[in-house]
Amino acid sequence: MHRVIPPKIAQKIMTGVFWASGLLTIVILLVIIGYVLLKGMPALSLEFILGNPIRSGRSGGIFPFIMSSIYVTLIAILVATPLGVGAAVYLSEYAGENRIVKLIRFGAETLSSIPSIVFGLFGLAFFVIYLGLGWSVLSGGLTLALMALPTILAASEVSIESINKSYAEGSLALGATKWQTIYKVVIPAALPGITTGVILGMGRAIAEAAAVLYTVGAALMIPTSLMDAARPLPLHLYILATEGLSMQNAWGTAAVLVIMILIITVVTNVLVDRYRKKMMGR
Amino acid sequence: MSKWNEEYFIEKGLLLTAISSIIIIALIIIFIFKEGIPALQSVGFFSFLFGMEWAPSNGKFGIFPMIIGSLGITGLSLLMAVPLGVFCAIFLAEIAPSPIRKILEPTIQTLAGIPSVVYGFFGLVLLVPFMREQFGGTGFSMFAASIILTVMILPIIVSVSEDALKSIPLEYKEASLALGATHWQTIKNVIFPAAIPGIITSVILGMGRAIGETLAIIMVAGNVVQIPGSILDPVRALTSNIAIEMGYATGVHYNALFATGIVLVFMIIILLIIANYLHYKKKVTIGGGYL
Repeated sequence: MHRVIPPKIAQKIMTGVFWASGLLTIVILLVIIGYVLLKGMPALSLEFILGNPIRSGRSGGIFPFIMSSIYVTLIAILVATPLGVGAAVYLSEYAGENRIVKLIRFGAETLSSIPSIVFGLFGLAFFVIYLGLGWSVLSGGLTLALMALPTILAASEVSIESINKSYAEGSLALGATKWQTIYKVVIPAALPGITTGVILGMGRAIAEAAAVLYTVGAALMIPTSLMDAARPLPLHLYILATEGLSMQNAWGTAAVLVIMILIITVVTNVLVDRYRKKMMGR
Repeated sequence: MSKWNEEYFIEKGLLLTAISSIIIIALIIIFIFKEGIPALQSVGFFSFLFGMEWAPSNGKFGIFPMIIGSLGITGLSLLMAVPLGVFCAIFLAEIAPSPIRKILEPTIQTLAGIPSVVYGFFGLVLLVPFMREQFGGTGFSMFAASIILTVMILPIIVSVSEDALKSIPLEYKEASLALGATHWQTIKNVIFPAAIPGIITSVILGMGRAIGETLAIIMVAGNVVQIPGSILDPVRALTSNIAIEMGYATGVHYNALFATGIVLVFMIIILLIIANYLHYKKKVTIGGGYL
């Protein structure tokens, strides 16, 4: 059947198709980011970023929501990083290939694909109600930690496994113990990759709204303690848009979120690039 | 001796961090079940899963229209995202010159990182009015939701497929080109078939993301509990149901939303088991000289 079109012509047609699909993807991104920034820029001002919301966010600024986002993300990263990196070290340095390791991998995989709203449900039933933490920065942050964990674990494991085995062997040969080798040789060498994983986990936590919908509350004030309710930026955007409070402020909030994500993407790329060059150099 | 002790405790400590993901999964399943089972008991498993009516105020809890809603939105978005994503992956792995690749790869990363509510908001403000003008009705529809989802799952499909395509041994390609095949013939008859297991994995992962997406869908799908007659009808997804009603649900209603969560978790676990099985098969077929 495929001989009907001469191969040379088929080659030309398909090259065109591939170029078109690649360019289409770039166009989609440019349209979305361009449009959000275009509509959001007029709303962006110092008063908007650093001001307090007026009348539930119909006007005024988004400062409490920026602070909420920073707090919950910080908690998520502080909890998820030791767990994720520890697990990655165990999986790549200590564990062989046995049942427990397979189970751990399947657990991490499942964790990374469970819908965010199910994390929200769990956060509500476990942190908010069962542990009695209420709608708070802590409940929201811990829920987000569960979501960031598999991302950090996977990135750390890949980066630890890519380290040249001779580093660890050299250290062991000098009489260092396994643990000394890990924290003085292996982890420092894998640090750029681990950092990338942490930043990716951060991106996931900053962007998430469904998981905090029923765990963090929807306060309009800057949270002053771990037990205060809060309202991260994505949740604020969701409330503004679905309740039709203020389109201008919704665009502004969307623009702030997109700018944050752009910064995160650029930073990770620079880090990965440097890391690659360093590895190639040796 | 003390050294030995230190090493021993560190290893056990690391093991503890490693099994934390198993503990978390177990806790999630225990708590979702604990809250969800009472609803399944009082409504009945089959009338919950296959019931056509969802009217919490009348004590009717049937989620079948929402299962269809979730699957419909997911299927439709895969229909659009898979061809575009796979072509884009082939473009990246085989055709794109290096400067284009350097633009396209961060582009795809950024698409993956943009918060889902931003996509939903974009759909609400631009896509829904556009659909209203083009096709009539309210504009809130299964079709609008799947267009937004297409953009959201595109990055997963592209990046996982690209990895699969790049992991094909170079010799396969060289042998095919040396036999006089054109680049397209090589892609179609050698590289693509060898990468199929990885590409299917990418599709399954995209499917998982699509089934799990919540707030973006709420903003554009219309959220009417019904089996859609056409792709332009409004629908409600399982995830949307939880997010919309959790705020005021009490009693059996509250439990029924957790039971909806149980159904979602099972869907995801089934997808993962399929993905794992395929991953395993991939090694066998390629290593065993499938080509």
